[in-house]
Amino acid sequence: MTRLITSGFSHFILFIGILIMIVPVWMIFASSTHTGLTINTHGLQMFLGDSFYENYMRVLLYQGGFFKEITALKMFLNSFIMATGVAILSVITSLMAAYALVYYRTKYATLLFWIIFVTILVPLELRIFPTYSVMAELNLVNSYFGLIVPISASAIATLFFRQFYKTVPDELLESAKLDGANTWRFFVDFLVPLSKTMIVAMLIFMFVFGYNQYLWPLLVTSSEQYWTVVMGLKMMSGSIVHRFAFVLMSMVPPILIIIVLQKHFIKGVFQDK
Amino acid sequence: MSFLDLKNVTKIYPNGTKAVHETSLSVDEGEFMVFVGPSGCGKSTLLRMVAGLEDITEGDINLDGQLINEVDPSERDIAMVFQNYALYPHMNVYNNLAYGLKNRGIDKETIEQKVNDAAKLLQISDFLQRKPSMLSGGQRQRVAMGRAIVRNPKIFLFDEPLSNLDAKLRIQMRLEIKKLQQKVGVTSIFVTHDQVEAMTLADRLAVINNGIIEQLGTPIEIYNNPESLFVAGFIGSPQMNFLDANLNNKTLSAENFEIKNIDSDYNGEVTLGIRPEHLIESENGLINLKVELVEQLGSDNLVYGQIKNIKDFCYRSPGNQTIKKGDTLSLNIEENKYYIFDKNTGKRVNQI
Repeated sequence: MTRLITSGFSHFILFIGILIMIVPVWMIFASSTHTGLTINTHGLQMFLGDSFYENYMRVLLYQGGFFKEITALKMFLNSFIMATGVAILSVITSLMAAYALVYYRTKYATLLFWIIFVTILVPLELRIFPTYSVMAELNLVNSYFGLIVPISASAIATLFFRQFYKTVPDELLESAKLDGANTWRFFVDFLVPLSKTMIVAMLIFMFVFGYNQYLWPLLVTSSEQYWTVVMGLKMMSGSIVHRFAFVLMSMVPPILIIIVLQKHFIKGVFQDK
Repeated sequence: MSFLDLKNVTKIYPNGTKAVHETSLSVDEGEFMVFVGPSGCGKSTLLRMVAGLEDITEGDINLDGQLINEVDPSERDIAMVFQNYALYPHMNVYNNLAYGLKNRGIDKETIEQKVNDAAKLLQISDFLQRKPSMLSGGQRQRVAMGRAIVRNPKIFLFDEPLSNLDAKLRIQMRLEIKKLQQKVGVTSIFVTHDQVEAMTLADRLAVINNGIIEQLGTPIEIYNNPESLFVAGFIGSPQMNFLDANLNNKTLSAENFEIKNIDSDYNGEVTLGIRPEHLIESENGLINLKVELVEQLGSDNLVYGQIKNIKDFCYRSPGNQTIKKGDTLSLNIEENKYYIFDKNTGKRVNQI
């Protein structure tokens, strides 16, 4: 009986927590299916209206921006390209950096690692102007390359891979060596497949990181052609219902990625096999 | 020059520890050589230098007529079985076996042929599609061996491969390794700290202590004719009994007995070694053993007791005898079965 009460109580608390998180999202969604007039006259709505299709199609296809050159659809495409690029590139660079740090026993490997690690403490914004001038010098503003590359070195991913490599027994390397594997083959045939779950986790992590970038894309793009979703949230004009619709849609890609790959994500971050 | 030739091989670690002292050793083609010694004696280091996993500080290693000091491990054509097997956890058994062949650019059909042959030989054909984590200890051991065999290397190296198995399986695998080596005929070096393993597997045995080969020979030579106190104590189970004694004018005097006409010109303090199995009961024997403990093994009994001030003196008696605690046994040493060592240097001083 007491067990029933305590478990009932903890479920109650969990339920409250879920409500606190879900209700605002639901209100935005419900409101976004009404006309702008309804919201302006009656406030936020708890129940679905009948303008869903109309509102969402308008948001997706509306030519926005000052020069009317960009649609929400294009922004999603831009965001997707940027987030995917950041995810893939940063996973590749940190895999390789970690490999070098762990297996190339240079005297300064630990020092180098800590230097890399300390960059976690330095926010992106601190180096944003020098980075911008480099990109401007190289004529890379207003390009996907400029959007992706400067934020594609991840100290956190390097840390994760490094810690994982350190748990790989030395005998595996030695055995592979005797089996004729060179440095590159050991990386490709052993470390990459062994860190598969962690790679997936880092891809998700870096995808969301890339997707959520605001200041850097804002700075490095002046052409509306390169607007991303997160920038669009600020730039989007139109009725309040269209903004609601856009906000909701902007949440979909990261959520989708996490839902689809969450199994790998949890395995990868808390890897103990 | 023999098949594998070590000349004055020395290993000094960067921190200054000298793990292997100028060691020279030859292994003939097809021979099963065992390095045996206590942990930390440098036997594994020596093996790893042959494999190329450790740099050689000084000296030369020749394999099949080629100096391999600077040859990369992948180019040495050597296969090694590790203590923890080091199977590739993300590959199934088939790929574990095939990986080394793939790296050598061998075509697919030949690889399949070789892997299947090796699998059949080791009776692991049924597990080829499984991952190592789904195998038992003995099966993993077999896969590790298979990975070595399939490559048909110049030499097999075993780094204590049996120490992770339980006792029964260890004995079984020991037999299988020996049979397999005889069948395949590949030159092998096996490192172990277990003297029974060493005795049973070896064609020749190198007893290593503190980075030095103390004695090299066939197991039976080493058992019958240990040249130093260390070898005498290390080889043989139960351990040889040691007593302090004095040797003067070919007469050995221990605490309460004397042996005359010893074949040695040495004079001074010595240690007398007697194996438990070289004692026989007889009336008016040299040694009076007061029994304190009897271990009954069935086939024979291990009797532990006291002679004056010496404790835990061991005598191996036939299993059909009943000996009780508190008995006093009168024992003689079998003729010429006493080993006399210089107390200071540990070198043997009498001939057998």
